[in-house]
Amino acid sequence: MFAAEFEYRKAGSIADAVRLLSENPGAKLLAGGHSLIPLMRFRLARPEVVIDIGGIDGLRGIRISDGSINIGALATHAEIANSADVQQANGLLAEAAGGIGDPAVRNRGTIGGNLAHADPASDWATVLTALGATVSLQGPSGSRTIAVGDFVEDAFATALAEDELITTVSVPVLAANQRAEYAKMAHPASFYAVVGGAVVVTMDGDRCTAASVAVGGLTPRPVKAAAVEQALSGTTLTMDSIADATSRLSEDLSAAGVDIIGDVYASADFRSQVAPVEVKHALLHAIGLAHH
Amino acid sequence: MTTRIFGSGIRRREDPRLITGQASYTDDIKLTGMVHAAILRSPHAHARINGINTDAAKSAAGVLAVYTGADIEGVLNPIPCAWAIPDSDLKAVAYPAIASGVVRYVGDAVAVVVAQNRYQAEDALELIEVDYEPLPAIINPEAALGDGAPQLHEDAPNNQAFHWVAAGGDTDAAFADAAVTVSETIRQQKLIPNPMETRSAIASWSPAMGELTLWNTTQNPHIARFVTCLVTGVAEHKIRVIAPEVGGGFGAKIAVYPWEMITAFCSMQLGVPVKWTETRTENYLATTHGRDHVEYVEMAANADGKVTAVRSVVYAGMGAYLSTAAPGIPTILHGLMYSGPYDIANIKADVYGVFTNSTPVEAYRGAGRPEATFLLERLMDKVGDAVGIDSVEVRRRNLIEPFDNNRDVAIGITYDSGNYSNALDQLLGHIGYDRFRHDQEHEREHGTFRGVGIACYCEICGLGPSQVAGAVGFGGGLWESATVRIYATGKVNVFIGTSPHGQGEETTFAQIVADEIGVDVDDVEVIHGDTDTTPMGWGTYGSRTTVVGGAAVALTMRKLRDKARVIAAHLLEADEADIEYADGQFFVRGAPDRAQSIQDIALQANVAWNLPEGIEPGMEASTYYDPPNFSYPFGAHAAIVSVDPDNGHITLDRYVAVDDCGPQINPMVVEGQVHGGVVQGAGQALWEGAVYDDNGQLLTGSMMDYAIPRAHLVPDIEVHSTVTPSPHNPLGVKGIGETGTIASTAAIYSAVMDALKPIGVTSLDMPLTPERVWTAIQAAGYTGNGHGHSHGHDHGHDHGHGHNH
Ligand SMILES: Cc1cc2nc3c(=O)[nH]c(=O)nc-3n(C[C@H](O)[C@H](O)[C@H](O)COP(=O)(O)OP(=O)(O)OC[C@H]3O[C@@H](n4cnc5c(N)ncnc54)[C@H](O)[C@@H]3O)c2cc1C
Repeated sequence: MFAAEFEYRKAGSIADAVRLLSENPGAKLLAGGHSLIPLMRFRLARPEVVIDIGGIDGLRGIRISDGSINIGALATHAEIANSADVQQANGLLAEAAGGIGDPAVRNRGTIGGNLAHADPASDWATVLTALGATVSLQGPSGSRTIAVGDFVEDAFATALAEDELITTVSVPVLAANQRAEYAKMAHPASFYAVVGGAVVVTMDGDRCTAASVAVGGLTPRPVKAAAVEQALSGTTLTMDSIADATSRLSEDLSAAGVDIIGDVYASADFRSQVAPVEVKHALLHAIGLAHH
Repeated sequence: MTTRIFGSGIRRREDPRLITGQASYTDDIKLTGMVHAAILRSPHAHARINGINTDAAKSAAGVLAVYTGADIEGVLNPIPCAWAIPDSDLKAVAYPAIASGVVRYVGDAVAVVVAQNRYQAEDALELIEVDYEPLPAIINPEAALGDGAPQLHEDAPNNQAFHWVAAGGDTDAAFADAAVTVSETIRQQKLIPNPMETRSAIASWSPAMGELTLWNTTQNPHIARFVTCLVTGVAEHKIRVIAPEVGGGFGAKIAVYPWEMITAFCSMQLGVPVKWTETRTENYLATTHGRDHVEYVEMAANADGKVTAVRSVVYAGMGAYLSTAAPGIPTILHGLMYSGPYDIANIKADVYGVFTNSTPVEAYRGAGRPEATFLLERLMDKVGDAVGIDSVEVRRRNLIEPFDNNRDVAIGITYDSGNYSNALDQLLGHIGYDRFRHDQEHEREHGTFRGVGIACYCEICGLGPSQVAGAVGFGGGLWESATVRIYATGKVNVFIGTSPHGQGEETTFAQIVADEIGVDVDDVEVIHGDTDTTPMGWGTYGSRTTVVGGAAVALTMRKLRDKARVIAAHLLEADEADIEYADGQFFVRGAPDRAQSIQDIALQANVAWNLPEGIEPGMEASTYYDPPNFSYPFGAHAAIVSVDPDNGHITLDRYVAVDDCGPQINPMVVEGQVHGGVVQGAGQALWEGAVYDDNGQLLTGSMMDYAIPRAHLVPDIEVHSTVTPSPHNPLGVKGIGETGTIASTAAIYSAVMDALKPIGVTSLDMPLTPERVWTAIQAAGYTGNGHGHSHGHDHGHDHGHGHNH
């Protein structure tokens, strides 16, 4: 790669990284590099300073306590996919991580970098929104915690201040009566989501007592599907009731007031038409109605 | 020796260095004093250049020189096209290495910067100011030929590069008399070849010696030397071209490009070695593409499905300029193959080569033959539907009867040998065709749509007789050469003119040598890719290296065997007629103890203390082999797919190949070639396509957008074979490098159409994206059975999980 000239700095700690960010306005953090480096290679990003956070131990690791899975920002998709604890506590997390990109991408890309980059095609943004996850941010004046659904503000735009970094992503452990699934139509080149639908349903026998549904890939930021959730809650889940509920996704997409993304691979119209199909697939898998 | 080394699936000796990163590619080479070039490329598909200001770039840090089109004028000749199709009114338009006045595609070179390092060169590119006056662009080859289209070249009115017609029989009469006619419009989309190694060159000009050395990632170093001589004016014997490890080509490394000529120019101007290596982004814009046809094709048949005629009108996009072999692809390698494996009495191919504002095209694996196979198989399916017979039955009624020595086809070429129905029968057995049809019926009732597609093919390769090459306008010969030297120690070097780059001939040619003269295969080393050390040859493309170059090796070994026999007779004091040969031993008939090994004889030949009279010292021979005919591999492939009507997602469930390339020197290498070829063809059917916007900008400009096939999207490919030797080849071999690609696009496409038949979908453009499939399903009025079959989305990942795809 022939990036424009930049200065390389290595942060030794979270505090060090925050200090370097404050001292160097416009600097970019380097985690897995899978989004930043392509941009620099095309010279679309030309940061004067690149701060490598890869050596900060405090940003690593996955810990489960008090019903919460706390994932360090530097955890790679592969680490999350392969963690037996995560698989146990929240199978959707592991499964979504395992469906990102390809092995090389999963071995380098991090959950923190993924959220901070806020690509509309990100799997994490959609899945973590449905799961009600939060991110913890550290800045010069302290830390704060914010829901992923609020953190991602628009395509490639987040609530991060210039001098803040993501330290942790916290995800609830799924309860015994909760089922969660993610279905995506993957772009055949990158495996980024063309359309992704994530669902979490709380079940009482065959009856859904609560549902959390988010779609992404087709929208600048994940859209919470309140109409679909409402149609699912209190309903006995069958092929028909699921089809009925997911058909209400168009209401949610209009209510969100966002532009539907279209590109050379998949038009906006097609994406909005198949989004309910992906949500339906996720629900059928979640409750075991899909045959493989 | 009990098992023959010929036919044994030994491991490729190339692989250890390749898979451990020890191979040395052009970009790995570092010369003392070497500097670096970067090329400024046009961001416009078509524009007039009103001015270029290079002042700031010239004074930037580390910059040694900046050159534009004005600097090369009169110094660097235009890039020649080497395939002037006769009787086609071919317009050999000027193809300057650096554009001057007008740029004609996004990627056309505008200037080059040479700097101490590549970063400085890239920085300086940003400082060059070009005053472009954008002109309207045209991308679609049919539209480019139409009225009012933007014009690319003054010398090529209506953007017509050539117009070529080939015909046999009376096609018009056959169509007039036909009980059934079917037609189709086929878009053979533009494809990007994507070799793992991008293009790269290092030029080193020695002013004192007047010699140019060019390291170049090429499939054909001797052709590269020849063309370099024409472009630079350096005499051919003063040019050395070296193809180090070459990381894949697929046709895209046949051409001699402007880029290595620019690199040579820079070195000759500056007197220091200059390296240029393409970035992947540049590769997408500036390395040749493949295919790009708009085709109108028709087939005529009797009421029982016997095909009587096929005809086409093809608009073949050439891109902005004519690349080295480009005109030969939609014509000689495409139009002449309209009979395929079928007995068709009347054939007409009507092909327009058309300039468009896009990256020039060149051979891409299969080159012309995948397109021919695709249209025949597509039309064959339609004839079957029209007369109401199954897709297998319609093929069976049309296949040429088995023959083992020469069969003329209507278009005027002669196939060498074939047993097409046998390949088809084998295939049907492997897939369990009848069972599949039975199950399919049942599944459809439950809203599951599976389909099977069959592609029978016969292709032309082993290019080819040089006399024919001349007659069809190819600017060179198509023979191959080999020199084999057996040293005093019994070890063997084989020097070949052709230039493998991943296909495995360092292994398979050693097997030929070992088989012919009984040395251990590990005692043989194959040398290629350097014009100073190898005999002249025409390179690797058109599945010709084993067929033509391998034959040259085998014939050379037979010469050496004859010489060894004479020496053996002398040493054994026996009559030459009494000397027999088996497994590396020359012995007296009836007295196997009285023997000389090939190693003994090689020692004697090399020291020459006691040679028979009239026998020259040394154990070396050469062959220049010009094949009497092309070779015609054939086979039958089947794909089984499922289509999810909910979201248009296609899953490739099974792929079975039966290929006949004659005797196999190394079945494992054959299998590898089939695997790679099949997957590349699957790419065209399902995922790949270079998409441009109306302004000629490439929208699929990176690997994030252009989908080359991924391993986990492809099932295990089941590879089978039949063996029908070529009667004219010394080894009987026919070529296997392209068969997979030639058959698989057609087989997979046909399978998808078969799956969608009950829904009423009749035509789709490739690649078969979910959106295209889903939209067609909707347009056909399918509403589904309401219930959830849910195989069909990428649920996750590429490792074992219940519902991934
Ligand atoms: C070929 C390919 C395929 C992919 N496929 C998918 C896919 O299928 N699904 C998917 O969801 N993603 C996909 N990705 C994205 C990938 O998985 C990474 O998640 C993503 O590129 C960003 O993570 P990273 O660690 O590489 O971040 P980097 O590239 O290092 O950084 C990205 C941005 O985030 C900022 N940043 C990084 N870490 C932090 C932090 N801790 N705090 C604040 N800011 C930070 C950086 O400054 C930069 O602006 C793909 C990427 C590639 C290249």
